[in-house]
Amino acid sequence: MNHIAPGARAGIYHYDEIDRQFVAERVEQFRKQVERRLSGELTEEEFKPVRLMNGLYLQLHAYMVRIAVPYGVMSATQLRKLAEIGRKYDRGYGHFTTRQNLQYNWIKLEDTPAILHELAEVDMHALQTSGNCVRNVTTDPFVGAAKDEVVDGRVYAEILRQWTTMHPEFTYLPRKFKIAISGAESDRAAVRIHDVGLLARRNDKGEAGFSFYVGGGLGRSPFVGKLVREWVAEEDFVAYLEAILRVYNQYGRRDNIYKARIKILVHELGLEKFTQEVEEEFARLRGPKYRLDPEIVEGVRQHFAPPPLEELPDHSEALERAKASDPAFANWLEVNVAEHKAPGYAIATVSLKPAGGIPGDATCDQMDLVADLAERHSFGELRVTHVQNLVLAHVKKDELYDLWKRLDAAGLGSANAGLIGDIIACPGLDYCALANARAIPLAQAISARFADPVRQRTIGELGIKISGCINACGHHHVGAIGILGVDKKGTEYYQITVGGDPTLTTEIGDILGPAVTETEAVDAIEAIVDVYLANRTGEGERFIDTLRRVGHAPFKERIYAAD
Amino acid sequence: MPLIENGRIGEDAWSFIPDGEPVPNDRPVIISFERWQAERDSFEGRNARLGVRLKSGTLAGAIAADLDRFSLVALEFPKFRDGRGFSTARELRERYGYTGEIRAVGHVIPDQYLFLVRTGFTSVEAPEGTNPDSWANALTEVTIAFQPSLDDTAPLSLLRRKLKVG
Repeated sequence: MNHIAPGARAGIYHYDEIDRQFVAERVEQFRKQVERRLSGELTEEEFKPVRLMNGLYLQLHAYMVRIAVPYGVMSATQLRKLAEIGRKYDRGYGHFTTRQNLQYNWIKLEDTPAILHELAEVDMHALQTSGNCVRNVTTDPFVGAAKDEVVDGRVYAEILRQWTTMHPEFTYLPRKFKIAISGAESDRAAVRIHDVGLLARRNDKGEAGFSFYVGGGLGRSPFVGKLVREWVAEEDFVAYLEAILRVYNQYGRRDNIYKARIKILVHELGLEKFTQEVEEEFARLRGPKYRLDPEIVEGVRQHFAPPPLEELPDHSEALERAKASDPAFANWLEVNVAEHKAPGYAIATVSLKPAGGIPGDATCDQMDLVADLAERHSFGELRVTHVQNLVLAHVKKDELYDLWKRLDAAGLGSANAGLIGDIIACPGLDYCALANARAIPLAQAISARFADPVRQRTIGELGIKISGCINACGHHHVGAIGILGVDKKGTEYYQITVGGDPTLTTEIGDILGPAVTETEAVDAIEAIVDVYLANRTGEGERFIDTLRRVGHAPFKERIYAAD
Repeated sequence: MPLIENGRIGEDAWSFIPDGEPVPNDRPVIISFERWQAERDSFEGRNARLGVRLKSGTLAGAIAADLDRFSLVALEFPKFRDGRGFSTARELRERYGYTGEIRAVGHVIPDQYLFLVRTGFTSVEAPEGTNPDSWANALTEVTIAFQPSLDDTAPLSLLRRKLKVG
């Protein structure tokens, strides 16, 4: 196989020969498993988890393959390969997911071995993107660049990626298992809605350690993750997770798929008893075998060495000029660009949410363009965010205008990161076999209604999240406005919740009232926004704060007054 | 049923005696954990080897105190997707220091064989008509692992090592 080396300076984990051999062996293993299924040696029931563990789903109309993008970070070379695959085997586009992965929705089963083979050329695969195993570990999309970063989450996410890969004990868990790590003061990884959420911190001596939140999750029974241990030292990082997973594997429910996630175990055992079980296991596991050696951490850290940033003045004259001359750019700058820890650099969010578009979709041409721009402006690397956007993390302020013009010309310049147009939506009934209702057309209708960037900015920070069924892949529970698709006697209806919050002050939203039709839903969202604008104090009060202050009543009254 | 050991079909010296049937004294037998609990005194002074079979919901701790009475512990997989046995085996080895045979019985597929070996199983009862090549292949098709296995005593090293099994 011809390996195509990623850019040497990209802040990604660089495979060595052993990593490559592993992926090649797994590709070959899957090829044989497909043969054994075709010969009847494996039953469909036996083949299903094997197929899922390789990222292959059967959806409503076709197979879907989900590609792993470890902690959402990849190189321009890898993105270009994803574009190539999308052109060759899909319909010229791909879909970025809330797990920071990419999926192709129109795949032929017989093409999958070839796809996996092509992915392996750029050190990528589809392993453990599905199935009852530990899934892709996610982290802050601004990792390694954010001004408020305390610990580099990539290092520990990569350690976990390796440790959870084909874990012999934890590959047949009661249910899927999702871990997120945040190493910054602001939580951009939604850690408390994960099975295990990790806050990486530093103690007085500057040593890294972790707060462990366990049992968060959305779906049918949403729970906010509970603090199980305030401080786990770096050397115990793996041991503590091993202890949690062992308790879960032994005691997690297997009698009912809807009660099989760890959140239910934590809930049913109670936090105290669950913690006691974990601590007992941990006390015993702790020792040389499970100790995370600082040398390993250092070895992994070297993969994520900072890019060769130049010493620049923080103030950019070119940027100021562009800002003054182009209001649309000035708006994008305000909304989509975040502070970098190095002077003269910035973090740019590339919105995959054009007005009226499908959240998270990118055409292969757009992927190629972003790959080019990542090479030109960001050391050949980029990130996928859990809100289904892309991020170029190390852009010179001097070059932001040039970057934006190129993005904008390709429909990627929307200024709506974190605003009402930045909608998360699951694939819904357009693709998914589990869905009760479509999510995408509603997202499109809402983003078209609020297309005006000035209006979006006036409204300010407001996350809308849409799920097509109770499994909540669209994270509707933690949307400031959440929308859940339900089926009422064959008609799609939408239930609106308000007050959700995915950050550290995690809140599950409350249902506002009876479900509404698709058309009514768009009007209802607009009505909610109007009530908010009429009630907020000054420019600064966010939707969520106004809601907390005035309660549901004024919103309910407006939407359901006519009933 | 074929017994898989070290990647090959092997001789099975053991037989499972269903509850209620008389237990022969002259050859190795496996009894259920429930029978052991109910009739443990009747096995006092037995010379032939004894094995015990645990349902997947019976965890290692339940049998820990009696482990010195058994030359074999059989762990049941009611469905291959029920992965509790992997933890039970590991607990038997690591936590309770059990050194006898640990056997996987019930519904297990060759694709799990490497995991079984790495968590401390020594044998697998495979279904009639199983393809022996698939079991042999399962130990050698993936040669890299990212976690310490049961027999590793060294620290995590670089998290990754070439496997020696198979």
